[in-house]
Amino acid sequence: MLSRKARLDAHGEDSSYFLGWKEYEKNAYDDVQNPTGIIQMGLAENQLSFDLLESWLASNQDAARLTRNGESVFRELALFQDYHGLPDFKNELVEFMAEIRGNKVNFDPRKLVLMAGATSANETLTFCIAESGDAFLLPTPYYPGFDRDLKWRTGVEIVPIHCSSSNGFKVTKCALEEAYQQAHKLSLNVKGVLITNPSNPLGTTMGRDELNDLIGFAVAKKIHIISDEIYSGTVFDHPSFISIMEALMDRKLQDTDLWSRVHIVYSLSKDLGLPGFRVGMIYSNNETVVSAATKMSSFGLISSQTQYLLSKILSDKKFTRNYMKENRKRLKTRRDMIVAALRDAGIGCLKSNAGLFCWVDMRHLLSSNTFDAEMELWKKILREAGLNISPGASCHCSEPGWFRICFANMSEDTLNLSMQRIKALVGRIQQCRRGRVTHQDSGCNSRRRSFSKWVLNLCSYDREPDR
Amino acid sequence: MLSRKATFNSHGQDSEYFLGWEEYEKNAYHEVDNPSGIIQMGLAENQLSFDLLESWLAQNPDAAGFKRDGESIFRELALFQDYHGLPAFKKALVEFMSEIRGNKVSFDQNKLVLTAGATSANETLMFCLANSGEAFLLPTPYYPGFDRDLKWRTGVEIVPIQCSSSNGFQITESALEEAYQQAQKRNLKVKGVLITNPSNPLGTTTSRDELNLLVNFITAKGIHLISDEIYSGTVFDSPGFVSIMEVLMDRNYMNTEVWKRVHIVYSLSKDLGLPGFRVGAIYSNDVAVVSAATKMSSFGLVSSQTQYLLSVMLSDKKFTKNYVSENQKRLKQRHQMLISGLQNAGIDCLKSNAGLFCWVDMRHLLSSNTFEAEMELWKKILYDVRLNISPGSSCHCTEPGWFRVCFANMSEDTLNLALQRIKAFVDSLSTTNNNQSRHQSNKNQRRKSFTKWVFRLSFRDREASER
Repeated sequence: MLSRKARLDAHGEDSSYFLGWKEYEKNAYDDVQNPTGIIQMGLAENQLSFDLLESWLASNQDAARLTRNGESVFRELALFQDYHGLPDFKNELVEFMAEIRGNKVNFDPRKLVLMAGATSANETLTFCIAESGDAFLLPTPYYPGFDRDLKWRTGVEIVPIHCSSSNGFKVTKCALEEAYQQAHKLSLNVKGVLITNPSNPLGTTMGRDELNDLIGFAVAKKIHIISDEIYSGTVFDHPSFISIMEALMDRKLQDTDLWSRVHIVYSLSKDLGLPGFRVGMIYSNNETVVSAATKMSSFGLISSQTQYLLSKILSDKKFTRNYMKENRKRLKTRRDMIVAALRDAGIGCLKSNAGLFCWVDMRHLLSSNTFDAEMELWKKILREAGLNISPGASCHCSEPGWFRICFANMSEDTLNLSMQRIKALVGRIQQCRRGRVTHQDSGCNSRRRSFSKWVLNLCSYDREPDR
Repeated sequence: MLSRKATFNSHGQDSEYFLGWEEYEKNAYHEVDNPSGIIQMGLAENQLSFDLLESWLAQNPDAAGFKRDGESIFRELALFQDYHGLPAFKKALVEFMSEIRGNKVSFDQNKLVLTAGATSANETLMFCLANSGEAFLLPTPYYPGFDRDLKWRTGVEIVPIQCSSSNGFQITESALEEAYQQAQKRNLKVKGVLITNPSNPLGTTTSRDELNLLVNFITAKGIHLISDEIYSGTVFDSPGFVSIMEVLMDRNYMNTEVWKRVHIVYSLSKDLGLPGFRVGAIYSNDVAVVSAATKMSSFGLVSSQTQYLLSVMLSDKKFTKNYVSENQKRLKQRHQMLISGLQNAGIDCLKSNAGLFCWVDMRHLLSSNTFEAEMELWKKILYDVRLNISPGSSCHCTEPGWFRVCFANMSEDTLNLALQRIKAFVDSLSTTNNNQSRHQSNKNQRRKSFTKWVFRLSFRDREASER
């Protein structure tokens, strides 16, 4: 009766990533109404800098009220449904994107296609580049939403590029090649690699070596590179962000075939904290892609009301410069808070420099080195500590025990409370184990102690690849 | 290199429907700057009632200013990306839809799915109801955009239900059956019928008899019915609008299998004249469709900023009642202007009671009863008369000589100018004819009686089947 797409579970929403959300919705934490409720730490939202936006809005009421210099622009906007997008808005966006990249790259507004969110942009790019049954390679761990966004209605497959904690989850030549071979074994035609840079869920930016390896790979295999740079404005620490475009230009690849096979996805959902406004975009050097994607954007245009408001905000360069600087500062403070608190609970994180979350190592808390044990731990954290975090399995991590924990979507007090709860839970878990260990060989204890030391060392693992 | 979707022309944008637009863009009419430019009459926009919306906005600045009861809700809206939609907006929207149907039907907001425009709603329904390679039956003539919206990325086929001027283009049982057989011949599995009611491009409401026929047909074939009711608020004359839901209720079909196979598409682009804001919706009695469509709406959510503004506006019942009635009055006036002006030029229209356009009969102006002659006439009208109108062939009409002419997207003065130009053009044709040799007079006699027959057609009572 209905299509296969509507009936099967290919939307991916039965994964634990979404189940935790549902638990949270039934019993959400509120500092007054429900102080023992579940604290949401699975939502990568940026709630730290709304005061800056609100204050701008208060001083610039024209922008929201659809007036320009006191004259109503309502009619003009109400009728504006041109899929080429509001020119002023695109002009501001490309300048904003350039600024995020330290002006080392310039963008042409004619190569920018606006879409209702990065979700729409990623699906659209997939429709443009691949046929049903083709495949994209994605480094693991990756954002769980990709299973729906890239595959569901397009029929495209994802083949993982397995990354491992042994080198901080960096993409290696060997992992790329292995993924490519795996796709071949599955009789899948590989159309490209999709990276998220900065990475979700790792919170790290890609190093120049990684980018160069990726470029070499894409040239050799004649495939596309999609670089989802949705977190590019959240880089709060060194090393600085290197966009795929910068890497290509540094290698003088502007006039090569590869240049027209590289595409960027961006959005204002993370940097400006505006996911409700549905502002995403595709940037491509490939005219055919821009043309096809522009027409496809009909299926998800950005409200002209929103395009207008944001064109005004972004045109205020003084504001945006200050906002980005202050926002990064606040993100760094939060990150430092959570890393310190976790360390205090004997838990290490992957050293990160971007994003709204940490990639947390809880392998030492697993009852066994299995995904079942990871699920068991995740449920304990959800039900006993009352925290909804994202288990690595939902991000397709190949090693059990890693979790993504968000730090920018709650108040400082709530974050502190969540850290207290984790510490308490860890204490209980370790007490349980000590209870069992009393009857065991003490060699176990010394292995655990050196394991813990190793975990603490991991915190300061240097991700600078050019050592 | 790229997908077939990106490289082929299945987006349908090389049809004349779009070529006329391109010509218009190169030489657009402007009463001061370019008074001899092309007047756009191919755009089904409602520009007649902006003053009412602007005055409401001026009196309700909070709605656009992100305030509720004087308090800023910017943060809440900026973060709101729940694909279930803003509850207050959905409530206001279903009540508005009910009002448009004279409150003969009521809608449940939990069965409503918000999408970025009807364009997105229609494509999403295709993805939910049909697999690639399956087909929907559509009565001709139909909105040219369906060739892109229903087919392009979904792989679904359209098989026309041929309607003819002999009965005012109404849908007949035999036409439905013929289309179904045609699909079988082409080895296409029919999943449903899609109607636009009121019709674009006809400007007529679907009669109760036709709707009953459709219900019988989908019951017999076990297929779906999608009723695109995007123009439901533009019904300005009798007979009133009869929604498919009303017919099902009258026949006591609630909670039957058929009930679950009927889906409505709606939008605020025509009734409220807000195409730029991208507000569309799917309404379905099938829980599985609502569920799948809700998840798919991630690819085209309505901006929360826009949802909020419109939730406040539509909750103002005094305003909406007045708006709907005043807007209908103005549409009726414009419609009357157009048909009188055309009659004055010896041109008739299909008798219509809704929409933003007329379905105009220019068969008597064709040099031959062919689509080549229609194209020839269309180009003359575009380049010599300098009016961009939509030729029937772009709407898949089976008979040459019909054109869709819009009347609500320009000022009264501009419409008058367009009518003058048409009259001058038709007069010049008769002058040309008179200057030909006398043995043409027999031809003229035939044309006169043809013209008389055409005149009679415009008064043909479309209630015929109900008498």
